[in-house]
Amino acid sequence: MSEITINSYVILSTILFVIGALGVLLRRNAIIVFMSIEMMLNAANLLFVAFSRHLGNLDGQVLVFFVITVAAAEVAVGLALIVAIFRTKKSIDIDTLNLMKG
Amino acid sequence: MDFQPPIINLLIVAPLLITMGAGLFLMLLNIFCKRDGVYYWLTLAAIAAALVQNVAMWGHEYGTFIARGSYPMVVSDNFSVFLNSILLLSGIGTLLISRNYLHRTKLERPEFYMLMLFSLSGMMMMGMANDLILVFVALELLSIPLYIMAGLAVSRDDSKESAMKYFLLGAFSSGIFVYGIALIYGATGATALPAVYAVLEAGSPLAMAGTAFLMVGFAFKIGAVPFHMWTPDVYEGAPTVVTAFMSVGAKVAGFAALLRVFTVALPAMSDAWMGALALIAALTLIIGNVVALMQTNIKRMLGYSSIAHAGYLLIGVAAAGQHSEAVGSVLLYMLAYLFTTMGAFGVVIALEHKLGEGIMLEDYKGLAKRNPWLSAAMLVFMLSLTGVPPTGGFSGKFYIFRSAVEANLWWLAIIAIMTSVVSGYYYLRVVFYMYMFDGDRTEPVYAGTALKTGLLIALVGTLWLGFFPAGWFELAYKAVIGTTQLLAGG
Repeated sequence: MSEITINSYVILSTILFVIGALGVLLRRNAIIVFMSIEMMLNAANLLFVAFSRHLGNLDGQVLVFFVITVAAAEVAVGLALIVAIFRTKKSIDIDTLNLMKG
Repeated sequence: MDFQPPIINLLIVAPLLITMGAGLFLMLLNIFCKRDGVYYWLTLAAIAAALVQNVAMWGHEYGTFIARGSYPMVVSDNFSVFLNSILLLSGIGTLLISRNYLHRTKLERPEFYMLMLFSLSGMMMMGMANDLILVFVALELLSIPLYIMAGLAVSRDDSKESAMKYFLLGAFSSGIFVYGIALIYGATGATALPAVYAVLEAGSPLAMAGTAFLMVGFAFKIGAVPFHMWTPDVYEGAPTVVTAFMSVGAKVAGFAALLRVFTVALPAMSDAWMGALALIAALTLIIGNVVALMQTNIKRMLGYSSIAHAGYLLIGVAAAGQHSEAVGSVLLYMLAYLFTTMGAFGVVIALEHKLGEGIMLEDYKGLAKRNPWLSAAMLVFMLSLTGVPPTGGFSGKFYIFRSAVEANLWWLAIIAIMTSVVSGYYYLRVVFYMYMFDGDRTEPVYAGTALKTGLLIALVGTLWLGFFPAGWFELAYKAVIGTTQLLAGG
């Protein structure tokens, strides 16, 4: 077993971020896209906390609270929008959002 | 360890507090009062008060929210005063052109005014933020109300669709942005912009990646290629007043934070970001202007046009890595963009007789006969967007191109001039339609008093900037040289 260093956290956070970004780009279900975005934000949170510990500086841990709060506000608006779309379209597939093109 | 409270001077954030407080007050008022006119006038009064307070702060440099031994989180200097004035004017402009429209389309709800005030607060915070985390919070405070405003016409599918698209891509970009902040924090152990500047070493791979992520996040917000996909759809689907508001406000705020972050915190990396921004600018100019040629919907065309204008502004930002006068040219361009775009959207709103109708280019045929004043105003705005003298658009472009040449970005200046010529085709097509054709509709177009006032202000602003640009450039340049930090990059 190798020791867990800051590098391990950076790698884990990169993997989470990439999974999140790919989820946004590849998945078509609005809820899953949304969850992927949350995963990207949490990858950043992990990075903040890991660097905060590594640098011995508490700023990073405070930043996480801001990110969590903002993410919560985003969830409130995002889910409301998804519900509004579902009511008319009976689907949350983002490919059905195709009224405007060009 | 003894605790020392941070130094807080609320007077410095007074313009923010006024708009934010007014928004909260309107939320409370909503319980008792159902008359829409009250909300309109209160919002207008709040924004005007914030504008007065803001202008009173010109010429000073303040910082507030200072913890012991660190940098202020919020600063107010000439740069932020100048930008906040543009943003507050865009708020007033939006209100003036929205008065009759919201009534006519039955969209007038108190929520519109509250969301606008909150979004405006976020926009102003973007220019004042001196700490990356505050930039992030401001970015969200400006975006989240805009997502809702884009979906304001909730009965219409296109409005909801535009809100959803804006939301998903906006949230995606803020995820990228916050990851960039995390990387910069990892590289420097700081998030305050001057602290990042003090610690940052050129060539650190973490900081390099962080800079790239921040750039992508900003590029989404300002609608730069290749992150512009949301712009035309959102501009088309959102109610036109919201489109007008976000086309000026969100873009100016995005550039405000972009300028401050890159010139204050990241000058050590200026070689890297100058090149990248110049490349993005070139792509934005070419794609924005060429795709705009094929549009038949005026809102969509103005969407692509706003992408193209982001390209011109980005030239100035790229040149800002070399010399600070370029920042002044960006500020002047934004002022010209404010008046011209607000005016153009004012005319679009006057013609949109029913929600989502009258917004095709075809509908502009014969406008000169239906309302000669309106079409004359549109003529000036279209010339200004193209960049024909003597309009504000020309002055803005002139200073931007000059700063590009001074920064040895010759190739970029040449691309910009060529794309300006291309843009003449789609802007002047509107003029051609207005004056050379007869349309199907012949009844006169009615414009309310508020709309007329808004158009008059936009017209005066556009022409004033066009005839006397030197004084305005002096003012814009003062906004930069009064700000010692912005000169850190040299």
